[in-house]
Amino acid sequence: MTAPILEARDLTKHFPVKRGLLGRGAGVVRAVDGVSFAIEPGRTLGVVGESGCGKTTTAKLVLHLEAPTSGAIRFEGRDFQAFDADALRAYRRSVQAVFQDPYASLNPRMRVGSIIAEPLVTNESLPAGAARTRVARLLEVVGLPARAADLFPHEFSGGQRQRIAIARALALEPKLVVLDEPVSALDVSIRAQILNLLRDLQSRLGLSYLFIAHDLAAVAHMSHTIAVMYLGKIVEIGPAETVAASPRHPYTQALFSAALPSHPDEKRDEVVVTGEVPSPLAPPSGCRFHPRCPHAMARCSTEEPALGPEARRLVACHLYTGVRVSVGAAAR
Amino acid sequence: MSLLLDVRGLSTHYVSARGTRVTRAVDQVSFALGEGETLGIVGESGSGKTTLALSLLRLLPPAARIVAGEVRFEGDDLLRKPAAQMRRIRGKRIAMILQDPMASLNPLFTIGDQVAEPIRVHEGASRGSAWVRARELLRAVRIAAPELRVREYPHQMSGGMRQRIVGAIAISCEPRLLIADEPTTSLDVTIQAQYLNLLRDLQRARHLAMIFITHNLGIVAKMCDRVAVMYAGRMVEAGPIRKIFNAPAHPYTKALLESIPRLGDGRERLIAIDGQPPDPANPPAGCPFHPRCPRVLDRCRQEAPPEVAVGEGQTARCWLAGDRR
Repeated sequence: MTAPILEARDLTKHFPVKRGLLGRGAGVVRAVDGVSFAIEPGRTLGVVGESGCGKTTTAKLVLHLEAPTSGAIRFEGRDFQAFDADALRAYRRSVQAVFQDPYASLNPRMRVGSIIAEPLVTNESLPAGAARTRVARLLEVVGLPARAADLFPHEFSGGQRQRIAIARALALEPKLVVLDEPVSALDVSIRAQILNLLRDLQSRLGLSYLFIAHDLAAVAHMSHTIAVMYLGKIVEIGPAETVAASPRHPYTQALFSAALPSHPDEKRDEVVVTGEVPSPLAPPSGCRFHPRCPHAMARCSTEEPALGPEARRLVACHLYTGVRVSVGAAAR
Repeated sequence: MSLLLDVRGLSTHYVSARGTRVTRAVDQVSFALGEGETLGIVGESGSGKTTLALSLLRLLPPAARIVAGEVRFEGDDLLRKPAAQMRRIRGKRIAMILQDPMASLNPLFTIGDQVAEPIRVHEGASRGSAWVRARELLRAVRIAAPELRVREYPHQMSGGMRQRIVGAIAISCEPRLLIADEPTTSLDVTIQAQYLNLLRDLQRARHLAMIFITHNLGIVAKMCDRVAVMYAGRMVEAGPIRKIFNAPAHPYTKALLESIPRLGDGRERLIAIDGQPPDPANPPAGCPFHPRCPRVLDRCRQEAPPEVAVGEGQTARCWLAGDRR
């Protein structure tokens, strides 16, 4: 196994909640709570989960748009915390992002050429001629004609705008690209174009992706590893096919069984979860999923399960902890 | 199964302020819906699916004109009804659920007031009896502790609860037809599944006919008996869902089904549809799909294909469909 390009260990982000004029603390939102994962070169880590699970906060931590409350991110083996200003600048060049809404992420007053060249100009102080050649090459890479550089974002459709956003993200030749819902704002017939483009770029340029989406089939299609988050925790993480084909954590099972069928004759065993995601301000004790879990046991409400190996992946669930101890003992 | 809704040759156009630009948002659309049946209308943004739904209820913005067609509901043409009669149909015989529940609910009124309102307006019920019904309806849409919830306001609810409350309002006067326009787009996956199951249970218990407007073929596969595919204002294909999913007759339907990632299909590449959806104000000549169609003929560039029967209950607008092959 190759060394990971990015490794997060026990990553935690708490947001203090302020109330009233004096802003006295009314608790903390545990948006991300002790999350660990690794992304290898040229591979994709997909993060799935419902709103409030912490997937976007995780992306912000990786992009260094938020500082973690505790825990560490290591990039190419070096701890983030130890980065000086130069190292941080280099890191920000190596890690780029593509966001959900290409109508919001592109400045309507700038020509496409300037939008794509902006990171080059600020980071490399490239002469205008060289920047133009680079822009033309980037446009070609994302499948847009060279004359697009002279136009404004409003002259493009959603799918083309997302291609422009991808070209901008690639301008500094990053190693890792954070894709936060990159196709959910696009028309259905355009999504496949962008997903194919992202996969082609990955194999051509050796990019790593952190792919965040709520569309489970798209995440399974794009990812090598899938991490499932619930209320700030990773509840299951493992190879994409393994997790998608036979999820083990009751929440993952519920999530995948709630995914819409692709054919009217496709019948799923519906795992019914009742209720809704509790507030991250006051997450349930023990396992955070226990109030909605169909398999909840007494210990689930008191004891928090740790992530442990189960059937070629890691799962945080007491259903498997008992089994795991005996298997481990036998192996020893 | 008796016929509930019969739409024939419906065309709705948007006309610009000076009358110089005409957008054919809905162009000669025909379909029928039986009692208790579910029809899915799928299409991308700008395909005219929402304009079609609003045309049925005559809730169009001022720039829109219904220029042709008829909408027969329970035997009467809704397009010829006086406005006062139309008001008695909306919310009572035909109800609608929109995408964003926060925009459908009034933030200044309690949940109880809003669920009771249509009962008081349409049935002249007293406040007290309407509130009793409101509590029952909230129970029917699986809101916990309805006797407390009726006194609360929309901001105190989660997104899933709000959409269930909109559902309670929609079924409050026992409508025969429920039109749902992207009802779960703003909901999370597990909440979406709960909501769709709830709608299906309500439909079965009350023998409701439903029209689901969506861009999501998964919702169609889960919920609908029949599906109609819209492209650039036209209904390019319609039929029973199994026929459409197993043997789509229109190249657009086929391409759309192939372009979607499916769980566990192990494909390396998706089959993408080239090009962009057309600008509704300026659609291509001939068949609107021809610039993106993998099987385009010369004829497609000049002449728009008429609707032909492809099989039992299945129709398509394509020169390659049906007997013409």
